[in-house]
Amino acid sequence: MAVNTDVKNKKGIRSLFHKFYGGAPLLSVLLGFLVCTLWEQLIGAALASVLLLPKMPILFGLVTMSKVFAGLINLIIKGAAFEWVTLIHVPMALIYFGVIYAVPLAIVIRLTVKPANAVAGFLQQWPLIVTALVHLGFIYAIFHFWSVLSDYRLISLKLTLIAVLLTLSLNIINGYMGEFSCSHPGFMAVGAYGASLFTVGLFVNDKVLGDALLGIPLAYLTFPFALIFGGLCSALAALVVAIPSFRTRGDYLAIISLAFLFIVKSFFENMQNLGGARGIMGQPDWATLPVIFIVVVIGIWAINNFVTSTLGKALNSVRDDEMAADAMTVDTRKTKMVAFLFGAFWAGLAGGLLAHVLRFINPAMFGIQKLAEVLAMVYFGGLNSVYGSIVGAVSISLLGEVLRPLEILKWIFIPLLLILVMIYRPTGLVAFKEFNVRNVFGPKEVK
Amino acid sequence: MTFNFFMQNFINALQWGSFYALIALGYSMVYSILMLFNFAHGDIFMVGAYIGLGIATGLLALVGTGAAAILPGWMILVLTILISMFLTAFVGIIVERVGYRPLRDAPRASAAITGLMIGIILETSNILFLGGSRLKFPQLIESVTYNIGGVFVTNKKIMIVLVSLGLMLALHQFVTRTKYGMAMRAMAYDYLVIPLMGVSMNRVAAMTFAIGSALAAAAGILFGLAYPVLDPYMGVSFGWKAFVAAILGGRGSIMGACIAGFMLGFIEIMTVPAIQIMNRLFELNIGSNLRDLIAYSIVLLILIFRPHGLFGEAYSAKLRL
Repeated sequence: MAVNTDVKNKKGIRSLFHKFYGGAPLLSVLLGFLVCTLWEQLIGAALASVLLLPKMPILFGLVTMSKVFAGLINLIIKGAAFEWVTLIHVPMALIYFGVIYAVPLAIVIRLTVKPANAVAGFLQQWPLIVTALVHLGFIYAIFHFWSVLSDYRLISLKLTLIAVLLTLSLNIINGYMGEFSCSHPGFMAVGAYGASLFTVGLFVNDKVLGDALLGIPLAYLTFPFALIFGGLCSALAALVVAIPSFRTRGDYLAIISLAFLFIVKSFFENMQNLGGARGIMGQPDWATLPVIFIVVVIGIWAINNFVTSTLGKALNSVRDDEMAADAMTVDTRKTKMVAFLFGAFWAGLAGGLLAHVLRFINPAMFGIQKLAEVLAMVYFGGLNSVYGSIVGAVSISLLGEVLRPLEILKWIFIPLLLILVMIYRPTGLVAFKEFNVRNVFGPKEVK
Repeated sequence: MTFNFFMQNFINALQWGSFYALIALGYSMVYSILMLFNFAHGDIFMVGAYIGLGIATGLLALVGTGAAAILPGWMILVLTILISMFLTAFVGIIVERVGYRPLRDAPRASAAITGLMIGIILETSNILFLGGSRLKFPQLIESVTYNIGGVFVTNKKIMIVLVSLGLMLALHQFVTRTKYGMAMRAMAYDYLVIPLMGVSMNRVAAMTFAIGSALAAAAGILFGLAYPVLDPYMGVSFGWKAFVAAILGGRGSIMGACIAGFMLGFIEIMTVPAIQIMNRLFELNIGSNLRDLIAYSIVLLILIFRPHGLFGEAYSAKLRL
């Protein structure tokens, strides 16, 4: 199934890879990663000290290597002092990556191909939810064990997950509906302020919003309501963009959404009751990894269902030819309205999560810079594709973290990469690809 | 008092609007040819201002050492504007060549992304090479303040408004009277058929970018004269606002872009006194920093009631190939 015949007959690394791993289902890959993370728990710290690394390499050793690279660049450009000893970190980080991740992963996947296929096949006889829950449990376990080792891993994982949700929600409007909406940071801001208003206003003694109105124990159980409240606020605000979109398309709608962004930002800067330009601080620490994971999974599930539903097909038809869609009895107004409100809802939810991860928000966070970041994620990953959004959000977040030691040069490398991607793959890396959960989780035939 | 107050703001708004109008022209012209917005345009404005800074400093140093003939300040200014317009035009051509020409057949949003990214690269390289600190633009001409019936006008303000109006007129003449201008208008009319008539799309596009960038450079230097502090991110807010003006004026309409630029300037400047008067009349307490909020609400309303901008023709996305 996955291995097509012409690849199988070819010689070379790729066919070898297919021969060994072509039949590996997702389950065995996940199992491999789980083993890696547990293995790192066990010997990671010891191995790092043996390999003369200052601490356990974060993000698979990529940050360690880019630090050395940044040191070299500083040496060349500014003549800054460079400790040549740190050069040894590069091979050591590679060894660390090999010992902790690559080798165990290769071994475990190869060993578990057959049993994992059997298990996946067995699971597929049950309703899809069972398979999904098993896989998600594995993914969560991997996230948990990987991020428990350092706070930095935890926060970057959280931010990446939020970025995935945000990118998906923008992809509904920009990818599936084909508009160029610039209002997403505005939706996020509304969601973040809404959720913060709920939590900080009700449960926290705060200088700006006053004493807690309620102080019940187990208040964190209301966090979902806070998030949904934020999302609904954001969906309500999206009406400002959705209603003009009936008559306006393309660039004019882009301007309307941009104006919306400026209006929202200026509104929050001037609302002294909401903290003005300083924003709101002291959100309770409720956005833990499981909460974010669950919200993002529900988000991916809902958005994937939405875009593969009849309404989602209607979105595509509105994008490709509005007049023909109208002639084919697609209610274009309703379609646009639903898409904007739905996208804004999830963006607001992502904003609420972000507010509770960072535990402060101010209007300056939701400006043009954020817009460029989100747009980059959507167009890098690929339009009209759930896969693409995940790929885009993860790779841009990861790149941002990995290139952080390069400081300002980071903002040369990332744009250059994006320009190259745009020139060679104008719709993004994995555009127009359907995300079929059953195929992803299902067993693969062993050839 | 109120009339003087109004006139004072009127003149400020004219000056502020002329920056917007000059930058918006670049957006609008590129749009009319390529159906794309050059999102790097705001940063080209920034680059133009910095090139102007470099040339002005260089010329002043030359005068100082006596290597050149003693030039009066206004001569240096004219030379600065002309040379930096010329140099910035090449920046525009490079941007077109790198970011837009490879993407001519791609979805329009992809080109928007490359534009954004080129903008970020321009900002970052500025920080890299110049250190990111704010630089002071040299004062090339003496500031003289005239008092006309209680309204204070500086010679710089008059000059800025006149120079930008002159540039707009020159552009108008170029577009309507010359062969190249005709090629541009033809390309804007139909970019599928005109290349078949022997007009090179690439050349016209490059020329459009060059002209737009030159105008942005002029705007940058004038801005440097009026507000003599340059920073690498000055193009971001200005660029986006001029972009709004370009759309507001109507798709690819040169006159529309000018008028909308001035209008946006007026809205932004006039909001503050309007709020003050409102507060005094109705004893309200509205903060005058609501400027952006009110300005963009007005823009939003205009676009809701005139979805194709002020001077744009009604167009439908369906007809665009």
